[in-house]
Amino acid sequence: MSNKFRLSTGGQINRTERISFKFNGKIFFGFKGDTLASALLANGVHLVGRSFKYHRPRGIFSSGAEETNALVQIINGKNKNDPNLRATQIEIFEGFNAESQNCWPTVNFDLGAINNLFSPIIPAGFYYKTFMWPANLWGKYEHFIRRAAGLGKSPTENDPDIYDHKYYHCDVLIVGAGPAGLSAANVAIKAGKKVLLVDERHHFGGDLSFAEEEITKINDLKPLDWIKKTYSELQNNKNIMILNRTSVAAYHNYNYLIMMQNLSDHLSEKEKKGKIRQRLWKVRAKKVILATGSIERPMVFDCNDRPGIMLSSAVRKYINYYGVKCGNNVVIFTNNDDAYETAISLHNRGVKIQAIVDIREQSNGTLPKKCNELGIKILWKNTIVYTEGYKKINKVHVMRLSNDNSSIIGNKLKIKCDLLCVSGGYTPAVHLFTQSGGKLIYNEEKYYFHPKSTSLNQISVGSCNGIFNLKKIIEETQTKTNEFLNLNHNEQLNITESKSGDFENIWLLPSDKVSGKTKPFVDYQNDTTANDIKLALREGYKSIEHVKRYTTTGMATDQGKIGNMHALGIVSKITNTKMGELGTTTFRPPYSPLTFGAIVGRNVKQFFDIVRKTPIHTWHEKHGAKFEDVGQWKRAWYYPNKNESMYEAVQRESKAARNDSGILDASTLGKIDIQGTDASEFLNRVYTNAWSKLAIGKCRYGLMLNDDGMVYDDGVTTRLGENHYIMTTTTGGAASVMNKLEDFLQTEWPELKVYLTSVTDHFATVSVCGPHSKKILEKVVKNVDFSDQNFPHMSFKEGLVDNIKCRVMRISFTGELSYEINIQSNYGQATWKKCMDAGKEFKITPYGTEAMHLLRAEKGFIIAGQETDGTITPIDLQMDWIISKKKYDFIGKRSLYRSDTMRENRKHLVGLLTDDPKEILEEGAQIVEEVKNKPPMDMLGHVTSSYYSPNLNKSIALAVIKNGKKLKGKKLFVPMPDKTIEVTVSDSVFLDKEGNRLNA
Amino acid sequence: MFIIKCPYCGDRDHSEFSYGGEAHIVRPKQPTELSDDQWAEYLFMRKNIKGLQYERWNHAHGCRRWFNMGRDTSNDKIHSVYKMGEKPEK
Repeated sequence: MSNKFRLSTGGQINRTERISFKFNGKIFFGFKGDTLASALLANGVHLVGRSFKYHRPRGIFSSGAEETNALVQIINGKNKNDPNLRATQIEIFEGFNAESQNCWPTVNFDLGAINNLFSPIIPAGFYYKTFMWPANLWGKYEHFIRRAAGLGKSPTENDPDIYDHKYYHCDVLIVGAGPAGLSAANVAIKAGKKVLLVDERHHFGGDLSFAEEEITKINDLKPLDWIKKTYSELQNNKNIMILNRTSVAAYHNYNYLIMMQNLSDHLSEKEKKGKIRQRLWKVRAKKVILATGSIERPMVFDCNDRPGIMLSSAVRKYINYYGVKCGNNVVIFTNNDDAYETAISLHNRGVKIQAIVDIREQSNGTLPKKCNELGIKILWKNTIVYTEGYKKINKVHVMRLSNDNSSIIGNKLKIKCDLLCVSGGYTPAVHLFTQSGGKLIYNEEKYYFHPKSTSLNQISVGSCNGIFNLKKIIEETQTKTNEFLNLNHNEQLNITESKSGDFENIWLLPSDKVSGKTKPFVDYQNDTTANDIKLALREGYKSIEHVKRYTTTGMATDQGKIGNMHALGIVSKITNTKMGELGTTTFRPPYSPLTFGAIVGRNVKQFFDIVRKTPIHTWHEKHGAKFEDVGQWKRAWYYPNKNESMYEAVQRESKAARNDSGILDASTLGKIDIQGTDASEFLNRVYTNAWSKLAIGKCRYGLMLNDDGMVYDDGVTTRLGENHYIMTTTTGGAASVMNKLEDFLQTEWPELKVYLTSVTDHFATVSVCGPHSKKILEKVVKNVDFSDQNFPHMSFKEGLVDNIKCRVMRISFTGELSYEINIQSNYGQATWKKCMDAGKEFKITPYGTEAMHLLRAEKGFIIAGQETDGTITPIDLQMDWIISKKKYDFIGKRSLYRSDTMRENRKHLVGLLTDDPKEILEEGAQIVEEVKNKPPMDMLGHVTSSYYSPNLNKSIALAVIKNGKKLKGKKLFVPMPDKTIEVTVSDSVFLDKEGNRLNA
Repeated sequence: MFIIKCPYCGDRDHSEFSYGGEAHIVRPKQPTELSDDQWAEYLFMRKNIKGLQYERWNHAHGCRRWFNMGRDTSNDKIHSVYKMGEKPEK
C-alpha cells in the first residue's frame, strides 16, 4: 500500500530508508524513524483494535505513552511474542510484524462486537451482580469469563533475550527532556555535578519538538533547531549522561527510582543480535528534578471513541514530526487555544479544516485570531453531541450550548469529516511526584492537580508543575533549578510564542439524548462511560477508590492517563464535592508497563537463587543421585540403580543401612561454633534441657523452642572443651537459628561472654551407620580407640584421616550404630571415597535424604518442620523428658505453663498403623473418628510422615492427633477421595524401642 | 527503599538490613513469676504506631549488629539511630 497520507516533504523521518513491515498480516511500508502508529496512519489505517468489553472499533488516539486504544501484539515466534504494546511508542524496523488484540476473527470483523448491542444491559458491576448465584454454577461461568478477560497472548516458550540490571548513583536526576528538562540540565551541568537526564521517547524536546515553526521561536531558532543545539551542547559536557527510550517506572522514597531503558527493540533482527534488549536502572539520586510534562485530555461526549477521533496534540505531532496527515477533512473540538496551533499546522500543510468547534464564548488569544484570518470557520459556544461512522468517523453533530453550559439549544448542525481532533486541555503528569509521596493541590481555575509539597530532595518544573507557557516554563525552570542547586546561572532567551486565551472546562458535555442512550467514554480501554460512573454513585459508592474499582475506570494498562481526570470531575460534579476534597486515586508504579524480562534481569535459571552444594556433590552426581532442594542446598535424595523407581531405591537403601552399612552426606546440617566462658550457661538458656553437667567429649540432643513454647529447631551439640561447643541445627534452620542466637546474645544477654561462628561450610560431614560401621571407621580414621568403653554412644573423639584432623561423633539419627566424621570441607569427598572403599567388603550403600527420613521415622524421631509446624510443644511431641524442671528459665519455658499449652486435648504426636499393612497413608491426610458421607467431618489431626518400612514389612506413619496420648489402640479413619483407610493409633517408636541396635 | 545509617558502618541501602520489631521491650528476668496475662503482654502485644516508632534493626548483610532506630512509619523518615542499650534522643 502507498503512503497516501504522507506529505511529500517535512518531518523527522529518514525518507531515504524505506522499511517494510506487517500489520494484521498485510504488508505496509514506512520510514526509519516512524512509530507503528505514524506508519499506519501514513497508510490511512486508523482502526487498530477493539475495546475490552464491548469490542467497539478503536483507532490510534494519541502519540505517546498515554495511548489507550492502539495496543498491539508483536508477533515474533513462540518465544518473543510481546502483548499490550502501544503502537504509538513502538519504532518500526525492517521485518517488523504485529497484530491487533481483543478481536476475533479479525479487527475488521469481530464477533465479540455483539457485546456492543447488549451494552445497555451490561453496565458496570454486571459480572459481580450476575454471576453470584447459583454458587455451584461458578465453575461453568468462570471458564467463559476468564476467556473473555485479559488482553493479548503471552509467549509460550522461554524468552531468549538478554536483560540487564544496573545500579547508578548521581547528584541530579532529571526526568523528562522537554523544554523544562533541557533547561534544567543546562543549569545543572554548570554545578560540575554528576547529572543524569532521561526521556521515555526516542527523541528529545518533548512537545516542543513538534510545535508549529511559524508560531514559536527561541533565540530566532526554530523549535527543533533550538532542541538540537541545546542537546548537542549538553552532550559535549562530561558531567552529564543522557538516556533516551528510558522510562521511569517507579519513584520510591529516599530518591530511589527504577527506570527501564529500551536498548534494542527498535532495531532490526539482524542488528539486535547479541545485544541487550532492555536494562533496568536502579538509581539513587541526591536530587531529583521532575520535568515529566503533561498529557492532553479528550472531551467526554456521546460516541467520543470512534476511529478517527484523536488528541489534537497527537495530530500535530503526526503532521509536523512524522509528515503524516491523519485525515483530509478535519473538525477540531476544543476548550482552549492549543488546538488552534494544530489547526494552523494542518492548514499550512494543505489539510482542509471544516470547522473548529469551541465550547468557549470567545478567546482573546492570538491563535484563534490567526485562524479567523486564515478563513477557518470557528463555531463558538458549540459542542459536539454525537459522531457517526462505525469503523471510521464520518460525521459530527454540533449544537449550541446554553448560557450556563448545562444543556444544548438550537438546531443540530451535521458536519462531514474524516478526522476529529479533540483537545480538553492538559493534565500535569504528576504520577512520579505522587508515587514519591508528594501531595497535590487542585487548581480551581485551571482544572488540574499540581504538586504542592514533598518531603524529598526534589522539585517539579515545567508543565508537570502546571506551567504551560513556554517562556514561563524556561524562565521558571532556570530560577527553580538555580535555587535547588545553589547556583546562579541564568541564560536570557528570546522566546517568541503566541498569547494564549482562557480555558473553560466541562467534564461531561451536555447531550440532546437522555443519558441512558449515550456512550460518553471516560476510560476507553476498559469501556467505562460517564453513565457507569453515575450508576456507581447511584448504587452508593462514594469513595473515589470504590468508584474506580467498581467501574474499572483507570484500571486498564494505561492506568487512566487519559481519562482519570474526567472520572474525578464527573464524580465531583454529581456528588457536589470539590475536586480538592475528593482527591485523586492513588498513582501506583509502574508509570508505563515493564517487561518481566527487565524486572528479572539476569537472575534466571541457575542465577535465580543461590545454589549450595556440598563438597561431595560431584560424587553424588557421578553416581546417579537424584537431588532434593532443602533451603538453598541440593541434597542427594536417593541413588536409583538402573530402572529402579524412587520407591524401590529408597526401600533398598533403607534396608542396607540397617542390615549392612549405609553412608549419608550430612554436610548440610547447620553447624555453629560456640565459645566463651559463659557457653554452658548460654546453652542452658537456649535449650530446654540442662547442659552444665555435660562432660567434655560428650554429645547431647537438644530441643530449641521459641518464647511462645513451640518447637523451633533441634540438633546434637558436642562439648569440645571447657568453654567450647559445636552445635548442629537442621539444614533449613541453620541461618535463622544463628540469627536468633545472635539476637539474644546482643540484645537480651549482653552480659554473657559467648561468641558464635557459623561453620556450616567449613566442615563436610560423612555419616556412616549400620552394624558394620565401626569396622569401616576403624579402617578410615586413625588414632582413635573405637571400643565401646572408650568411645560410647553420644561421645566424640578427635582422629586423623590420613594426616588430616577430623572430629568423629558417635551419634545416630537412624537408630543404628552410627558415626559422623566432620572434616575440613575440601577433604570431604576424599573422606567419603575412603569410607566407600573401606566399606566395600561390608556392602556399604549410599543413602539419600528420603531413606534417612524413613529410617528415623521407624525410630519415631521427629523432623523439626515436618512433625512440627509452629503449633507443637515438646509436650505435644510426648518429649516431656527433655524439659528440665530444675532450670530457672530457658527460651519458651514460661509459655509451657500457659493455659492453652497445658490444655488436655492438644494435638499429640502418635504412631499410626494401617489395618492393611500394605496401605501407605498420604502425608497431610486428615484423620477422623467418624466417617460421614461428605465433608465437613470433625478432623482430629493429620498424618505428618508416612512410609512403607522395609525393615518391619509394614506401613508406618506418624501423626498429630487431638488428645492422641489417650487414644493408643483406638481405631480411626483416614478418608480419601476414593476410599476410607482404617488405622490404629500406636506408639510412635516402631523399631528397636530398647535401643539395642545403637550398640550392635 | 530507604537508606539507613548503621551506627557501626554508616549509610547503607535498606536491603542490607532486617527488621526486628518494636524496640525497648525487655524480656522479663523472672518469667515464671508473671501471670499469663503479663507474659502474653510481653510475648504478643505490640504497638504498631502510625508515626514515630522505635524499632530494632539488624545490619544482616553487613556487620550483623543489632541497633535501634526511630522511624516515622507514615513516611519512613528516620529520626534517630542508636546502639542497643542506649536511649533515643528526645
